Amino acid sequence: MTVAQGTPLVEMRNINVAFGGVHAVRDVTIDLHPGEVIGLVGGNGAGKSTLMRVLSGAHPADSGEILVDGKPVVIKNPRDAKAFNIETIYQTLALADNLDAPGNLFLGREKTTRFGSLDDSSMESETRKIMARLNPNFTNFVQPVKSLSGGQRQAVAIARAVYFNARILIMDEPTAALGPAETAQVRNLVRQLKEEGIGIFLISHDIHDVFDLSDRISVMYHGRIVDTVNKNEVDADAVLGMIILGKKPGEVSEKELAEIELRG
Amino acid sequence: MANVADVAPVPGQTQAEPPTRTSIRGLFAQTEIDSRLFGMLIAFVLILVTFHILSGGTLIQPDNMITMSVQAAGIAIIATGMVLVIVSRNIDLSVGSLVGLISMSYALWMTDWFPRIFGLGPDVPFQWLLALALGIGMGAAVGALQGFIIAYIGVPSFIVTLGGLLSIRGLVWYQSEGAAVVGLDPTFDLIGGGALGSVGGLITWILGIVGCVAIIAILYNSRRQRRRYNFPVRPMWAEVLLGAVGCGVVLALAWFANNAFWPKGLADQYAIDHHVDPNGLQIPIGFPYPIVLLVIVTLVMTFIATRRRFGRYVYAYGGNPDAAELAGINTRWTILKTYVLMGILCAFAAAIAAARLNGSTLDIGTSYELYVIAAAVVGGTSFAGGIGTIPGAVLGAFVLAALNYGLSFIGVNSPGQNVAAGVVLILAVGFDTLNRRRGS
Repeated sequence: MTVAQGTPLVEMRNINVAFGGVHAVRDVTIDLHPGEVIGLVGGNGAGKSTLMRVLSGAHPADSGEILVDGKPVVIKNPRDAKAFNIETIYQTLALADNLDAPGNLFLGREKTTRFGSLDDSSMESETRKIMARLNPNFTNFVQPVKSLSGGQRQAVAIARAVYFNARILIMDEPTAALGPAETAQVRNLVRQLKEEGIGIFLISHDIHDVFDLSDRISVMYHGRIVDTVNKNEVDADAVLGMIILGKKPGEVSEKELAEIELRG
Repeated sequence: MANVADVAPVPGQTQAEPPTRTSIRGLFAQTEIDSRLFGMLIAFVLILVTFHILSGGTLIQPDNMITMSVQAAGIAIIATGMVLVIVSRNIDLSVGSLVGLISMSYALWMTDWFPRIFGLGPDVPFQWLLALALGIGMGAAVGALQGFIIAYIGVPSFIVTLGGLLSIRGLVWYQSEGAAVVGLDPTFDLIGGGALGSVGGLITWILGIVGCVAIIAILYNSRRQRRRYNFPVRPMWAEVLLGAVGCGVVLALAWFANNAFWPKGLADQYAIDHHVDPNGLQIPIGFPYPIVLLVIVTLVMTFIATRRRFGRYVYAYGGNPDAAELAGINTRWTILKTYVLMGILCAFAAAIAAARLNGSTLDIGTSYELYVIAAAVVGGTSFAGGIGTIPGAVLGAFVLAALNYGLSFIGVNSPGQNVAAGVVLILAVGFDTLNRRRGS
């Protein structure tokens, strides 16, 4: 068990996000340490993705504070987040389908020649190198990524996050669209990155994934964090209970428990 | 970079190397020629040949082809910018009116403003250059304003530029209070083409040779670059073929353009001025200035679209606006710049239009927007966004021009030409849609 000690890599304090009248994230405080994986779980609309979109700069928080390495930072857009080495693998993958793999990998951070024009050869070369490590079967570097398989598209999205020295990695449902072999590969990657001291927020619906990979598990319900627990101190039923009922195990009545049994 | 060398590869997914094919299609694929562009080139030639036959073998002559090209030049120049606008999921309906506004401005500046301001009479030195610079600034400013409203305020581009179409055309009337203005600077008029507005025989040959050298240099450089990174390269025969065909076409065009000659009146005048024998005097016309301008614009715009960050961002935004935003691209600034570019291109097209007329009228540039959009779309630009090429749009403009010119050459009137242009537009996109559906 990784002990959460020292200065956290990132802290989000009292984050609030509202869309019109809908309070998507309410007063959420969460932290992440180097080499730690936090599983972020909750039902649909619980606010997991919105919370992470705040950290990745895709959506500004209405209030709250973000600290990186203990220092308050302002993240107004994805560029700010990337400047703090916060990389995100979005559930939608966020690929431009009409561009090829190198075009997507370097999107927004293109390599240029000394005359300021795109250095496509160098970008293709770097893409070939990282793909040789991530997914040696990946050979299509010139076709638009639209023509790639789901797993290959995922590989491009992952490569983009890993290539640029991520320190904080947000993975939003990274295995949702993958086959068993590719899922195993992503799991291996998560362990690998963790060993290198990268902090990872892992959003997943797959409770097995979460228990397998996480150190701590944060459960969200209707925009709030129900509880953040050490993986070793809970079982899947307890977490499932928090996801469905939005209450800590001690607060749940017998009747509600019976309901979960029925559903489970 | 994170060390991820130990991640286990997924077994059983090895993609087979493409087998070495010897079919015509396979050989064609090895040349890496854009098959869509190639198809359009064929369509263009077929249209010309068809009308050549219909006209009893009189259409394809240097004079006719030069006239046709000059007619296409303005539309083609704006179409290069329309590609980027449509690729980024927008539209610009105001280009025709903007051409009218800038064209009228050129005319007023050179006939009225400059002579008064500088007090030098009608022949202000370098006023053509000053006018052009101001016109480009004007186009950029109007483009920036429209682009700002579209990108930063969020009014749909269709609405903003529809408003531009109406109001800018209205401004043209106020500029001259409804009058046509004629009598521009003679140097300025060169940009309109014609016998005098062409580079002449010698420079045409020089340009042809420069073009050849450039083609070979680009092929060589690209091959060397790919070799350096150990990427797969085209087979040598394909490189040689591309170089030879490219050079052959460029030199053939130079030869063709040099087979158009100055009209007799002008040649006789030249003979008198230069004390040479007017009998049998044939002065080659060569490439017209507007075509030289078009070639430069096409090269620069292709460079911007494919080799610059801005172009990459335009395509990325068109492919997936969210992805572009999440990648940290300043998408609003990118969109605004596409409209600034449009305005600048309108200034060039306006110069050609005004110079051809040696002045400006109220309705110059009217319905340009429709032909420009048609050219871009015939050239393969997709309204779904993210897809389209600049050479394609230029070819599209030439396909439409060939159709119009060919029809008028065999005596079909302007309404008939419009019917044909409309049908071809729908057919072209229809074929393309079917093709893509089959491909995916």
